[in-house]
Amino acid sequence: MRTWATALLCLLAGLTEASAQDTPIQDILQEHREIILESSRRTIEPAIQAMASSGLPQAQTVLEAWQDKNIWVRTSDGLFFRADPAEGRSYTLTDFDTGAEAGTADKDDLEQIKPNSGIRGLLGTALVQFQLMDPNPANRRSALLSLERRPDPEALVPLRGSLEGEADPAILARKERLVRLLTAAFDPDEPARIEAIRGLEGDTGVDVRATLNPILTTRLQVFEGGIAAEANVARQLRPGSEAFPVAAAYDLLVADGLVPARLDNDTVKSALAANIVDGAVAGIPVADLDTQEARARAYAALVEAGTVQPGITEIEIDDELARFSFAEVYVEPSAAVTDAARDTLRSISTRVGIAQAIDLGLDALSLASIYFLAAIGLAITFGVMGVINMAHGELIMMGAYTGYVTQQLIPNHTASILVAIPLAFAVTFAAGVLLERLVIRHLYNRPLETVLATFGISIALQQLAKNIFGTQARPLTAPSWLDGAWSINDIVSISYIRIAIFVLALMFLALFLFIMKRTRFGLETRAVTQNRRMAGSMGINPDRVNMLTFGLGSGIAGIAGVAIGLYAKVTSELGADYIVQSFMTVVVGGVGNIWGTLFGATMIGFLQKGIEWANPSNTLAAQTYMIIFIIIFIQFRPRGIIALKGRAAGD
Amino acid sequence: MRTSFFARNPSVPIFLVLLAAFTIGVTILGEAYGTGDISTSFTKTLGKTLCLCLIAVALDLVWGYTGILSLGHFAFFGLGGYMIGMWLMYERTRAIVERSLANAPIPPTPQEIVDGIGTQIFGVVGSNEFPVVWAFADSLFLQLLMVVAVPGLLALVFGWLAFRSRVTGVYLSILTQAMTLALALYLFQNDSGLRGNNGLSGLQNLPGLGSVPQSKVSIWFLWASAAALGLGYLLAAWIVSGKFGSVMRGIRDDEARVRFLGYSVEGYKLFVFTLTAMIAGIAGALYYPQAGIVNPAEIAPIASIYLVVWVAIGGRGRLYGAVIGATFVSLVSSWFTGGQAPDIPLGVYTIKWVDWWLIVLGLSFVGVTLFAPKGIGGLVDLWTGRRAPDRHGADLGPDQGSFREREAGE
Repeated sequence: MRTWATALLCLLAGLTEASAQDTPIQDILQEHREIILESSRRTIEPAIQAMASSGLPQAQTVLEAWQDKNIWVRTSDGLFFRADPAEGRSYTLTDFDTGAEAGTADKDDLEQIKPNSGIRGLLGTALVQFQLMDPNPANRRSALLSLERRPDPEALVPLRGSLEGEADPAILARKERLVRLLTAAFDPDEPARIEAIRGLEGDTGVDVRATLNPILTTRLQVFEGGIAAEANVARQLRPGSEAFPVAAAYDLLVADGLVPARLDNDTVKSALAANIVDGAVAGIPVADLDTQEARARAYAALVEAGTVQPGITEIEIDDELARFSFAEVYVEPSAAVTDAARDTLRSISTRVGIAQAIDLGLDALSLASIYFLAAIGLAITFGVMGVINMAHGELIMMGAYTGYVTQQLIPNHTASILVAIPLAFAVTFAAGVLLERLVIRHLYNRPLETVLATFGISIALQQLAKNIFGTQARPLTAPSWLDGAWSINDIVSISYIRIAIFVLALMFLALFLFIMKRTRFGLETRAVTQNRRMAGSMGINPDRVNMLTFGLGSGIAGIAGVAIGLYAKVTSELGADYIVQSFMTVVVGGVGNIWGTLFGATMIGFLQKGIEWANPSNTLAAQTYMIIFIIIFIQFRPRGIIALKGRAAGD
Repeated sequence: MRTSFFARNPSVPIFLVLLAAFTIGVTILGEAYGTGDISTSFTKTLGKTLCLCLIAVALDLVWGYTGILSLGHFAFFGLGGYMIGMWLMYERTRAIVERSLANAPIPPTPQEIVDGIGTQIFGVVGSNEFPVVWAFADSLFLQLLMVVAVPGLLALVFGWLAFRSRVTGVYLSILTQAMTLALALYLFQNDSGLRGNNGLSGLQNLPGLGSVPQSKVSIWFLWASAAALGLGYLLAAWIVSGKFGSVMRGIRDDEARVRFLGYSVEGYKLFVFTLTAMIAGIAGALYYPQAGIVNPAEIAPIASIYLVVWVAIGGRGRLYGAVIGATFVSLVSSWFTGGQAPDIPLGVYTIKWVDWWLIVLGLSFVGVTLFAPKGIGGLVDLWTGRRAPDRHGADLGPDQGSFREREAGE
């Protein structure tokens, strides 16, 4: 290529007046002036190629000017310049070779070269090799990024060249990795390519798989007789096997034009319709043609009369198929390369599997912590007090809306979240105490009645939220330091917000344990739970304890609402979406024990993610299967994972 | 001394007479056979209300009499609708497909017709194959059988699993709610075979009766719904009036004691649960052809909760209470939410009933639970002069049952 260009250059140098030593850039431009002026994406390649591979220091400037639509041709003598608008209609010209001003020209004497977007793309690729050596590290990084996104075989040589002299160790590592990937994908030198592929073993990066998978692309190919020896066969296919039915094989032959088409029902039908004579086809009345057998008979009669072509029979199909062989053939011709790629991918897939399992585990853990957060308030009111609060979901919703309102008043997201958490606790604590005083207190001995009354409250609160905030989802934005995700590698990553929710869940567990086991209030709560009258005799006021316990459960629901609101949108149905899962969590875990709730949430979270993983197309079905599983689970442990024993279990 | 069934249950003949009078009245005032004072759409509303009364009676049997607070009976109602909807949709689509294929030069084969129906019905969910559940869709008899059999079977399996492991009280309520949620979510998928969230539609058009106007069809359905409600009420009254009914109330009042007396509590519960599921299925099969469309949103847990609200407001533990509640609350609800109720301007704010009705309903539900556990039906007690015995402050509570109160009063 280079020699060819140089030869032409010399020839041109002889022909034109200008000296080749002085104006090499102008020479290259002149040499390709036809295609440059034509400016078509299909033909422009040699001009860009010549410029990019000229090795001249000015080449980059030219290409950039070209990309910026800043190359003009002077019509009077056909020379190319950079032109910048000067006063009036005149332009200041700049010579590409010297970089010096070359006088001015009138606009009428100039014609702009306007590359279209396709050409600009090609120019961008050509510029990459210059950018790779650019003194500014930011430019080098962006060039690498564009190469990583759109690997280009042409870039391999300049990229290799740019390794030497790379000062920044981080960029050097990226370059080396990219060289390996490009070598594996494009290097014409086969041993080097195989070595590069083998070198990628155990690398779980997405880019590695994106490089290796195209090497193993196959296509279905038909061979007359046996399979050609030079074909790089991935898999031989036998017509009639499960993966490759006879019909598909024959259709493939038809599509390639190797055999006549099969007679399908539609062809028969239209043939019959075309041959209706006096309300009958070949003597069979049209009204009788409502079965396939009658149609086949009529068609056979037409064949005998010579009106239509006979169809091909099953036996003939088998004979035809026997003449051909079918195989999936690698697009890549070299077997050694595909073998290496396959081996490497296999070694990667084990590691990818492990990494995916870890990622799934993290997902499940974060889902579990959300369920735990939603259920922990319920674990207090339902588990400790035995009160079913169907409006619990609405308390969660109330907390989320408190967070939303706070964010409207305090624009700083970090500050507003810090204010919203105690505020949500206060609001829902008050709501819970009110609920307990007005309604639940009167129904302590009648659990089913409590369910009904709190249902009524839940309906009313949901509608109230709709009336105040409307039906559309309200955003509750997380502070910016919670944006983004913690990525361990390309597969295992978890967003910071999920980590925050996980931490919050752990904090609540600790808080709950502390209150119940270490404070006077916790002691009184446990006493009232175990034996209300005896506790009353000991000087504990059971009414007050119940009120505060219910308030505590409600307040925690409010804080959970803020956390859930950060992760999902705030709507009036937010609580209702979690209520069934929350009850399931408490019931599965075992009533009256916080560890049970923890186990229940973990089990449900992992179960749901596991089912979603097994059936990824359908997350709705996952919930169905999970509920069915829970119903069956309750058969074996009716009192949950951790069942209370003895008197406390009650009945 | 043995008296007749009606003499022992005076509410039954009164109810049946009122129902008959209502049906005749609507027929006379309706568009098809009478003066036309009642529009066809309102006739349909009334017919649908009768179906809701029937499922309310079923829920009263299972909750008011047996003490199982089921939050999932609308699942059976919806399933009944789906079962009849499959036949209605299949046959109607068949008529359409046959008509369009009749113009073709060659008459269609049976397989071509079935394929055409499949494309028509399942085109919206990107399929044209008939799923297995549609295997009997061409047979009215089998689909009618499935109206009863499918909800019954689901209730039998679910109830057997739940009662066997002694899941009672609130746990059972939550479990039934989970069941209906699971079913709704399952039906929401496109590959559930029942057209996903599109549901089954066009059910108001009866196959083969295209020429009959909707005004007549609506009256026919009103008659059918009234007959079903009358029969269902009779059956329910007969069940609760005998020894079986006493055991049911015994289970509600003290399950353990009934078990120790040697009764198979689980068997009784399972029977009642399954029977009411079947009644719910029939009610659904009559309701959805009048509504015209059945989709998974109908099965969502909130529907079953409203059902409980109706029965509670009407007065549980008495069959007419369930009917009163369902009629009153569903008609008043549709009046308020239909935008017919006048807005109340308060100067700064105008109360729009469309927005505020649910709040009123929810709070009145709380009020009924707290202050009037007998519901609207309790007013009848005032009229007949029957009062709860004075227990000197000890709580008799609704769970402890109306029949015991009556015994105490006699």
